[in-house]
Amino acid sequence: MKDKITNILMAGVGGQGIIMASNMLSEALLAAGRDVKKSEVHGMAQRGGSVTSHVRFGRKVFSPLIRKGEVDILYSLELLETLRYTDYLKKETVIILNDYRLNPPSVSLGAKTYPEGIPELVRANFPRTTLIDGVGIAREVGNPKTVSTVILGHLSLYIDMPENTWADIMSDRLPSKILDVNLKAFHAGREIKQVA
Amino acid sequence: MSVTHRKQLLSGNEAIARGAYEAGVLFASAYPGTPSTEILENLISYDGIYCEWSPNEKVALEVGVGACYAGARTLVAMKHVGVNVAADPLFTLSYTGIRGGMVLVTADDPELHSSQNEQDNRNYAKFAKVPMLDPADSQEAKDYVALALDISEQFDTPVLLRSTTRVSHSQSSVSLSEPDRTTHAGKVSIVKDPPKLVMLPANARKRHVVVEERMKRLREFADTFRENVMEINDTDIGIITAGISYQYAKEIFPNASYLKLGMVYPLPEKLIREFSGKVKRLLVIEELDPFIEEQVRAMGLETSGKENVPILGELNPDIVASSLSGYVFKESVPMEKPELPPRPPNMCPGCPHRGIFYALSKSKVFVAGDIGCYTLAFLPPLQAIDTCLCMGASIGHAVGIDKVMGKEGQGKVAAVIGDSTFFHSGITPLIDAAYNKSSATICILDNRTTAMTGAQQNPGTGKTLMGEDTHRVDIPALAKSIGINRVRKVDPYDIQKTREIVTEELDVDEISVIISESPCVLLKGARRKEWEVLSVDHDKCTGCKACIMLGCPAIGWDPEGINGKGKKGRSVIDEMLCIGCTMCQQLCKFDAIVKVP
Ligand code: SF4
Ligand code: SF4
Repeated sequence: MKDKITNILMAGVGGQGIIMASNMLSEALLAAGRDVKKSEVHGMAQRGGSVTSHVRFGRKVFSPLIRKGEVDILYSLELLETLRYTDYLKKETVIILNDYRLNPPSVSLGAKTYPEGIPELVRANFPRTTLIDGVGIAREVGNPKTVSTVILGHLSLYIDMPENTWADIMSDRLPSKILDVNLKAFHAGREIKQVA
Repeated sequence: MSVTHRKQLLSGNEAIARGAYEAGVLFASAYPGTPSTEILENLISYDGIYCEWSPNEKVALEVGVGACYAGARTLVAMKHVGVNVAADPLFTLSYTGIRGGMVLVTADDPELHSSQNEQDNRNYAKFAKVPMLDPADSQEAKDYVALALDISEQFDTPVLLRSTTRVSHSQSSVSLSEPDRTTHAGKVSIVKDPPKLVMLPANARKRHVVVEERMKRLREFADTFRENVMEINDTDIGIITAGISYQYAKEIFPNASYLKLGMVYPLPEKLIREFSGKVKRLLVIEELDPFIEEQVRAMGLETSGKENVPILGELNPDIVASSLSGYVFKESVPMEKPELPPRPPNMCPGCPHRGIFYALSKSKVFVAGDIGCYTLAFLPPLQAIDTCLCMGASIGHAVGIDKVMGKEGQGKVAAVIGDSTFFHSGITPLIDAAYNKSSATICILDNRTTAMTGAQQNPGTGKTLMGEDTHRVDIPALAKSIGINRVRKVDPYDIQKTREIVTEELDVDEISVIISESPCVLLKGARRKEWEVLSVDHDKCTGCKACIMLGCPAIGWDPEGINGKGKKGRSVIDEMLCIGCTMCQQLCKFDAIVKVP
C-alpha cells in the first residue's frame, strides 16, 4: 500500500484531557513533517459527555474522520468508553487502556449497571492491549490530572519520532507551571513495556 | 499567534480568523454559537481589529453592515440558526450591496452536535441571492476569507462563507501568508449614497434590477473561478462535490474524476456541462439537502445523488462508501458486548441551575425552556424542561399557553431563560408578557456568562470582548420599566427559600419575574469561600435517594454498599468532582452529608 495513513482514535469523557493530549499529538506529528488531520466530537455542555478525537497522519490525508475497522491505535482514558468504539477497531489494533471507571448519570442514578470485566473482554478480542493505572502513575509523578499525558507518553512508543520532539512541543504549548510534571508523566508512560 | 512556523495546525475557525487578519479585516462582530464561536475568540488575538459580541445575530450583522457601509472590510460570524435571526438585514443587504468587503460566516451543524436543527444554509445563498463559498479544510477556510472579500468588493455584494462543524472544528495544516493590514484601511470614510443605501420601494425596485444583473455576472464568474476545479482521472464516474464531502469522497474513490466546487452558489453551469461531457456518469456527493444536485438536474443533466447519499446527518467516509452499491466493507471484529449505558453531557457538579430546576420540578409546572446549558435539565432526574424551540422562545411559549389555558392555567406555567439568551431575544417577549397581561412566571437564570459556548461576555457581565469594562444591564430595573411589578431575586443554592419564592410567584395572578442569580461555577471566583468538598456518612445514610434527585454528576448511587439501616444501597460522593455547593446536603433529612472528615 502506498502512502499508508496511520489512524489514532482517542476516547474518554469531557474534562479528562483528551483535547489537550490530541493537540500535543498532532502538533508533534506536524513538527515531524507529517500531514495531519485531527477532528473531535463532543456534545453540548462543558463536561461529562463522551468525547472522541480522530487523529490521522501520513503523506497526504483527506478525510479527518477514520473509517470503521481501520484504527491502528486506540487511546482510551475510560473503560466503558472503550467499548463504544470497537466497530472502529481491527484485530491488530494497539489498545492503550487507562484502568479507570467513571459512572455515567444513568449508573449514578441506579437505573443502569456499569459493565464489569471490561479489560478482560477487550484483551480477549484485541490481544495487543496494554492496561495502565494512569491515575496511580499520575499521582506518583505529582498531579493526578496528568493522566492523559501518561497515556500519551505510552502511545508515543508506537510512533516513530524521537522523545525530544515531544518534549519540544510540550515546552512550547504548556504553561510553565505544569510543564515539568507533564514531562515526568509523559516519561513515566514511555517506561511502560510495549506490546509486541 | 506568531508567524514563526509558516505551516501551522489550525482548526477551520482559527484559520478563518487568520484569513480575516491577513485580508485586512478591520471590524468583526458575532453572537457566540457552536460551531462558530472560536472565530472571534481567535480574531481578538490579532492587533488592529475591532471585535464585538453583539446581543444577537441580527444586531451583529447590522453593526457589521454599518462598518462595511463606512468602507471597512468586515467579517460577521454566526451559527446556522443565527442566520435565521439575521435574515432580515441579510436579504436587503443583498440589494444595497456593500462599500468595504463583507463576509458573513455561517457555521452549519450537520448531525446536530450542538443545535436544535440541521438546516442547510446553502439555501440562504439562493434565497438571498448572494454568492457562497464552501471550504473543505483549514487551508481553504483561511484562503476563502480573502477570496470572499475580493468577490464582495468586485461584485458589490455580501458573500457567505459556509463552514460546517467538521470544517470549523477539525485541525489541518495551513500555510500562513504575510498579512496586508494597510491597503484596505485607507478606505474608511462616511459617504452618503441614498439611492444605494435607502431601501424605500422606489430605490429598492431599482436595486433589485442590480441584484439580478449581478447574479448574471456572478454565474459567468463562477465558470472561471479558480476554486472550481476539475480533476480528470478515471472517467467512468464523475463526482461533483464541495466542502468536507470532497475529503470523504477522495478517501473512498481516489481514482474517480472530480469537479470540486469552491463556490456552491451560483454554480458554474458551463463547467458542469463540460465535466459531464467528459465522464460516463455523474454523482453528486453533498451533505444535507440536494442543493447542488437539484440545480444540476435543472440544467437537464442526468445525475445520481440523494437516492444514495443520505439527506440526514453528517457524512463520513463509511457513509460515502455505502452510497455506491457494490462497495466492500471491512469486517469489524465480531464481539459480544454488554449493554452500554449512554453518557450524555450533564450540567456541571455544583451548577447553580440545579437549585431553580429542583424547585420547578417539585412544583410540577409546565416549564417552557430555552437554549443554554440549562436545557440539559430536561434529562432525568430533574426533567424540568418541557420545550426548547429557538433562542428566546420560552417567554413567548409561556404567554401563549397561559392565555389559552385561562383560569385553568393559573400557577401552572413558567418559563426559564438564561441571561445571555434573555439579552439575545427574551426582552421583546417579556414586553409582550407585561403588555398583554400574562400571569406566567418568568425565571431568568442569571449566571453572568454565556456558559454553553464556553463563557463569553454578554451585556450582563460588565466586560466587552475587547476586555474593556462596560455598562451592565440591570435586569430588575429593566423588568420594572417594562411594567412588571413583581421582580424577585433568589439564591439558587438556598433550596428552601428558592422553593418558597417559586411557589409564591406561581400563585399570584399577574406576571412575575424571578431572577436566579449566581455565577456559572466554571467562572473564576464563583465558588464560595465556605464551600468544602462533602462526603456521605454511611452510618447515617438511609438510602432514601433524596440527594440523588438533584442529578449532580458528583453524587451517585452505590447499589452494593450497605447503608446505615443495614440494607443494600447508599449514596456516595466523588471527592474529585464535588465542589461542596451544599445543595445535596440541604436535601438530606438525616444529616448524612458532611464535610470530608
Ligand atoms: S458551564 Fe456553568 S452554567 Fe453550564 S452546566 Fe456548567 S456550571 Fe452550569
Ligand atoms: S455538594 Fe452535593 S450537589 Fe454540590 S457538588 Fe458536591 S455532590 Fe454535587
